[in-house]
Amino acid sequence: MSAIQIIPLNWYVTLSAILFALGVLGVLYRRNAIIILMCIELMLNAVTLLLVAFSAHHSDPTAQVFVFFIMAVAAAEVAVGLAILMMIYRNTKSIDIDILNKLKG
Amino acid sequence: MKVILLLSVLGLLALFAELFRFKKILYPIILIGLAGAIAVAISYWFFDDGVMTPYFTGMVDGKHQIPTAANAVGHSFNQMLAFGPSSVLFSVIILSTAFLWFIMSKGFFNNDSTNTDHYALIMFALVGAIILTCYTNMTMLFLGIEILSIPLYVLAGSKKSDPLSNESAFKYFILGSFASGFLLFGITLIYGASGSFDLKTIGTFINTSQETIPSFFYAGILLILVGLLFKLAAAPFHFWAPDVYQGAPTPITAFMSTVVKTAAIVAIIRLFLSTTFSGADAFWVPVLGVITGLTLVVGNVTAAAQNNVKRMLAFSSISHAGFLLLGVTALCGFSAKAIVFYTAAYSIGSIATFTVLINIMHQTGSDAIESFNGLGKKNPLMAFMLTIALFSLAGIPPTAGFFAKYYILTAAMTGGHNWLAIIGILSSLVGIYYYFKIIIAMYFKKPTDESLITINKQHQLLLIVTGVIIFLLGLLPDLILSIGDIDKASIEVSTTNILFLYA
Repeated sequence: MSAIQIIPLNWYVTLSAILFALGVLGVLYRRNAIIILMCIELMLNAVTLLLVAFSAHHSDPTAQVFVFFIMAVAAAEVAVGLAILMMIYRNTKSIDIDILNKLKG
Repeated sequence: MKVILLLSVLGLLALFAELFRFKKILYPIILIGLAGAIAVAISYWFFDDGVMTPYFTGMVDGKHQIPTAANAVGHSFNQMLAFGPSSVLFSVIILSTAFLWFIMSKGFFNNDSTNTDHYALIMFALVGAIILTCYTNMTMLFLGIEILSIPLYVLAGSKKSDPLSNESAFKYFILGSFASGFLLFGITLIYGASGSFDLKTIGTFINTSQETIPSFFYAGILLILVGLLFKLAAAPFHFWAPDVYQGAPTPITAFMSTVVKTAAIVAIIRLFLSTTFSGADAFWVPVLGVITGLTLVVGNVTAAAQNNVKRMLAFSSISHAGFLLLGVTALCGFSAKAIVFYTAAYSIGSIATFTVLINIMHQTGSDAIESFNGLGKKNPLMAFMLTIALFSLAGIPPTAGFFAKYYILTAAMTGGHNWLAIIGILSSLVGIYYYFKIIIAMYFKKPTDESLITINKQHQLLLIVTGVIIFLLGLLPDLILSIGDIDKASIEVSTTNILFLYA
């Protein structure tokens, strides 16, 4: 039995849920665009951690393959996100998302 | 997966067009390629292996059965994709919409030095949409959603110097990745409980271990639902949609409200109307019911208050998402058929509406409802075709939209959701009010200036074709519905042959 399996599964679930919730709260409450991107990464990493824990407990490697997919997609997503942010910064000289309020009904 | 391969190759070709100097002929190449992809998708229908039970009649215990390796053709990627009959129908709808969309948005590709990138991004987004029509594994669900979304984040911001486009792209990006986070967490929890990403295994898990399912499995279903509803823009996860739709370049708005919406609802259907989650229906049907009711009311009521046509169409697309969800909530044998018809009718109507909107915005420079004033005199053909499209979106007979709504409501009644059906009817009455605002502006309001609105031959043809399709579907609604009933089970062909053909 490996070290990762000795710790009860519920602890992993709780830890990941807390990390995920921190990420969600960060996205909702922080106003700096870079920090929002980091909070999204935090959400994805919480998922990754949980996947690896489940994978060890099920003794099934597919979840670890899934983790690679998440990493690749997260990298692509952040690349696009930072590009969009650069574009905004060029036009407004700011990365505070409160200036993004021109679209209203 | 020939369709996916073909679309990817087209995307790569578009990237190389600048390098090898065939930029000029790229547009016809893409159109021919898309037509080819449609033909390939349809060909799955005729060359299937016979073991495949038609999706719509393949019912097990009153629930739809998802095509799996045993009964679908064209499974590949380690059996993570299975191209069953429902995939064929939805792929054809998605690809045909994309085809019409390309005809509509030729101007979008002409006036920019980066136009080949736009082609490539659209092709890659279509690959994601096709993956969503045929996934049988949670991995592919996640990848499909991301492949669909990431190009669209870029495209939404493709007017680089326009602050509205920037804002739209950033909001779309943040909320899109936020939603992906929820989707992933849901997938993870479901994996933790069932030990598999495979849709069929998860379905078996629900049915065999009813009592011992851990509670986080249900949390997983909810989180997946939240992630997918974000993509579909259903209330209360719709707040990003009006801003994003308004700020993005109009052709991209059209793409988001047709192709992306269709892809999102297919993703939901394949999870919730299949054997995967339908075993846990006692848990998610009430939740989805509340969301459906909310979406119908919020979408229609807020749309009625809008004065900007683009924004109004965004809210109306939310209300259409509500109708699509009503079909899912109904969870009866008729649901999937009704949703197929609804997506077809809705996509065609939207394409026609956006074609007119693009022309109006191009020539008057405004997307306020006043810019439609007097269109009936300025350009009778455009006004008439837009009226037909709006009739269809509002659900007035004898257009396609009427039967679309009728079938969805029938499904809802069959599923025993009478209250939701009543909410649907009442909210579509509100829908008639705001669609008629445009029609009244066109025919009964005095134009602000005397300038004529012109329209090029290509768009004229597109409007006439969509108008004819709307009437055709409205007069012969069985045309699409009967496709699902073709029973090929009698034809005997060995499975190994087909494995060879489509693997």
